[in-house]
Amino acid sequence: MYAYDEYDQAIVDQRVSQFRDQVRRRIAGELSEDEFRPLRLQNGLYLQLHAYMLRIAVPYGTLSSAQLRQLGYIARRYDRNYGHFTTRQNIQFNWIKLEETPDLLADLARVQMHGIQTSGNCIRNITADQYAGAAADEIEDGRVYCEIMRQWSTFHPEFSFLPRKFKIALTGSPNDRAAVRVHDIGIRMHRNAAGEIGFEVMVGGGQGRTPMIAKTIREFLPKEHLLSYLEAILRVYNQFGRRDNLFKARIKILVHEIGVEKMRAAVEDEWQQIKDGPLVLPQATIDAIAAHFAPPDYRPQAAEQPEVERLRRSDGEFALWERTNLFPHKVPGYVIVNASLKPEGLAPGDATAEQMEIVADLADRYSFSEVRVTHAQNLVLPHVAVKDLPEVWRRLREIGFATPNLGLITDIIACPGLDYCSLANARSIPVAQRLTHRFSDLARVHDIGELQIKISGCINACGHHHVGHIGILGVEKNGEEFYQITLGGSADQDASIGTILGPAVSSKAVIDAVDNLIGTYLDIRQGRETFLHTVRRVGVAPFKERLYATA
Amino acid sequence: MPLLKNGKEVEDPWHLAVDGDALPVNGPVIVFLARWKAEREALLRRNIGVGVRLKNTDKVAELADDLDRLGVVALEFPKFSDGRAYTQARLLRERYAYRGELRATGNVLPDQLLFMHRCGFDAFEATDPRVLRNWENVVGAFSLFYQPTGDGRATVNGLRQTRAASDNEGSR
Repeated sequence: MYAYDEYDQAIVDQRVSQFRDQVRRRIAGELSEDEFRPLRLQNGLYLQLHAYMLRIAVPYGTLSSAQLRQLGYIARRYDRNYGHFTTRQNIQFNWIKLEETPDLLADLARVQMHGIQTSGNCIRNITADQYAGAAADEIEDGRVYCEIMRQWSTFHPEFSFLPRKFKIALTGSPNDRAAVRVHDIGIRMHRNAAGEIGFEVMVGGGQGRTPMIAKTIREFLPKEHLLSYLEAILRVYNQFGRRDNLFKARIKILVHEIGVEKMRAAVEDEWQQIKDGPLVLPQATIDAIAAHFAPPDYRPQAAEQPEVERLRRSDGEFALWERTNLFPHKVPGYVIVNASLKPEGLAPGDATAEQMEIVADLADRYSFSEVRVTHAQNLVLPHVAVKDLPEVWRRLREIGFATPNLGLITDIIACPGLDYCSLANARSIPVAQRLTHRFSDLARVHDIGELQIKISGCINACGHHHVGHIGILGVEKNGEEFYQITLGGSADQDASIGTILGPAVSSKAVIDAVDNLIGTYLDIRQGRETFLHTVRRVGVAPFKERLYATA
Repeated sequence: MPLLKNGKEVEDPWHLAVDGDALPVNGPVIVFLARWKAEREALLRRNIGVGVRLKNTDKVAELADDLDRLGVVALEFPKFSDGRAYTQARLLRERYAYRGELRATGNVLPDQLLFMHRCGFDAFEATDPRVLRNWENVVGAFSLFYQPTGDGRATVNGLRQTRAASDNEGSR
């Protein structure tokens, strides 16, 4: 994976010094809170309901074991012994003291991490397929281009005060695991007719109060032009994006208002003037970054693994886990292992210091010291030899990270909600917890099959409810928590926005409501049809009818 | 109002003529774009320096043909969080090769000076006195930069290429 050189390190170190000075000036009263706010936000420091929250970037979801171990240390030293992995592949610490943040950031800088641009109206952490560099189905390791974009976007002087935040996601696989179509810019690597690999560029996707699917603005962009093309899009957005209304300031609104044709024309016009300038990526630059992502030293593996075979036959739990939580690796004899951070009854995406340290140890021993964070708030050991699966499974099970529920009904995405967040209208985590209790029978969970429930505590949609197969949005009515349910959303290559089912249901009724929807699905599904396919085939009407008939 | 120019506090010789006001008899003057377009010939005939102040919604291309006649182009930050003038500044410097004074006006705060400087601003109206005090500090906060912006600073990628070239040289 990418390792900083002395230039990258100096920039992050200088940032720590700068922020140390800004915090000092704030505490000394030289900076007002209004002036300090954008400065702390650009370091990922939010003021939440109960304390400061620090959001730390995990660029394109890739962590080294040393970095994860350091996050564990930070959880113990500066927080209440846990952290929360987010829907943007970042990690948040919820109980931070302002005066300690400079030291915390210095501790992060020691392992080449930071909170730069994890907030504010700038280009945010760039997200990617969590299986990049390992997945059997990928065209190319997209992290190379994510790192190139990371450097370009870091302290970009022209784009640090955009109309609104700006999120870029990239997938190097035709099977989109990065939700690129609900990002401000989505990038999909693919081959053109001549067999060259380049980028499809999509623009104007997003969630929030006006969910939209991104539109293709360029079918095929040669690699060397990646940065100039992005700069052209950002330049058009910086000039013409709306600044009169916070809720209409994202690029999706600009694209929607002027239309994708006009947007394309404006971007192309700008791009023509800069495409052959200093942002051109020479092959040598791409190669130098790509060298960091060279494959690890895979070992030839025996085709037969009698030990694993035996466990598979003798232990149903292992067999179920193996069937559910693994993903095919591009190298024979290896698999991608998902550690489920969705055990029954706990907050989705939370991990304690000890859990982080044990996953880091597992990565050192069994996954070439690499870990990934997924936007679905799980962790991944990307390169595990099949022969090591029994041991990895046992260790993950010991720390509660081996629930065989990946992609199933209890693999719930949830934002922090009203338990932490100052924007929230309702709680998210307790709804997720109650759902995991209701659906604790694994046989039933597996019978229901592939199903993504996504919960947001407010319309900002950090919990991605618009693209949940079942989306749950917390709203507040007369001081009480209610939940609005949507059906049929999807964040993958067939992205769609869910349809609102009907009036919001009470907090008390929401678990029964989900159960009711599952009952309808089980009754009307055809063969092995997934929940999403059933909704797409029959529409929301049968679900709605049964839900509100009994309500 | 004090002016920070090229890192130093200087007396501002320029007078901003608000639309509708008569031009001063003497001294260089800055006018808004509409007045510049309407009174261009007369302003040039004064022969004592003229500058133009653009709103951040004005198109800098409108000045493209006149840039070598202007002593100042002033851009506006109505709020520090409104970053449109950063793009205007880069276009003036990099696309239209403007070499005169490029001035930041409005809500100019110390912690934004480096971004502004990187985009081509070399003069800052210091409504906030901290702007004058913190120049060295703020501009010196970073010594390395990723993006090529035409400000003359070396980029990290440029430094890497130079190093790679000299490494190759050395190994031969």
